[in-house]
Amino acid sequence: MTDCVLFATLFAVYAVLHVNTFTGPAGWQIFDLPNVLIETLILLTSSFACGLGVIALHNKSKFGVMLWFGVTFALGLIFLGFELNEFAGLIAAGDSWQTSAFLSAFFTLVGTHGLHIVIGLVWIGVMIGQVAWEGLTEGVTRRLTLLSLFWHFLDVIWIFIFTIVYLFGSLRI
Amino acid sequence: MNEEIQNQHFEKSLATYVAGFILSVTLTLVAYYMVVDRVWSLTPWTIAGSIAGIALVQFVVQLFFFMHLRVKTKPRWRFVVFFFMILVVLILVGGSIWIMASLNGRMVMTPDQVNQYMNDQVGL
Repeated sequence: MTDCVLFATLFAVYAVLHVNTFTGPAGWQIFDLPNVLIETLILLTSSFACGLGVIALHNKSKFGVMLWFGVTFALGLIFLGFELNEFAGLIAAGDSWQTSAFLSAFFTLVGTHGLHIVIGLVWIGVMIGQVAWEGLTEGVTRRLTLLSLFWHFLDVIWIFIFTIVYLFGSLRI
Repeated sequence: MNEEIQNQHFEKSLATYVAGFILSVTLTLVAYYMVVDRVWSLTPWTIAGSIAGIALVQFVVQLFFFMHLRVKTKPRWRFVVFFFMILVVLILVGGSIWIMASLNGRMVMTPDQVNQYMNDQVGL
């Protein structure tokens, strides 16, 4: 919940500053929408895989848990790859967070989400390790449930980023 | 806390997740193509309103199907905390936009004009 408040603040900042493009480009000039759609679908699928992992958890299937959380991890990693690629492209073209308030707000908001994804990936890795090591104990089950909530929450935040940053930006709002 | 999370009576069946997934993908694609293809020659603001609505619907879908947040969610406080969070978010985001827009609207003079005014009026 407090994480939601963090993202709310970043969204508020973005909402206020996204018109301040200074000498730099505006959103619609730098956003690659097909790329963003692919990112969104990848993250959505990873959320689904996470759900399948939770089902495996309740069916007490150690293999199922490791398989589906492994798929979640892989898809999350691919998503991150796409996002980092996008950032690298922007920076190489000279549109870094130092160029304008809009870009600062953009990189902070999307970057923070990306950082949360990284933390989520680390957590998934650790949990797969724990499942392999101690099996589906009570503690492991509880932590996997919390992890799945965290991962779904990240997907929800991404929906809002996708809509408010990329889609609204492309509409020149 | 363990029992509370695990004793919730919700359907963690495959169907729930598949339904949620299909709904989410559909909503995402609809929103995306509304923007990309500028469907039905709507004004940008109409499209914006629609995709904002679609995003909210998808938010609820994900909450309901993936995160199992129902009205009958137990423990009860989980549902209440969620609504408090929504309230805080609305105040933060809505309040910031309102205040900053109001400040922006009050900036009638440019910074140079402000300086000039202060020089003339107060001798600063």
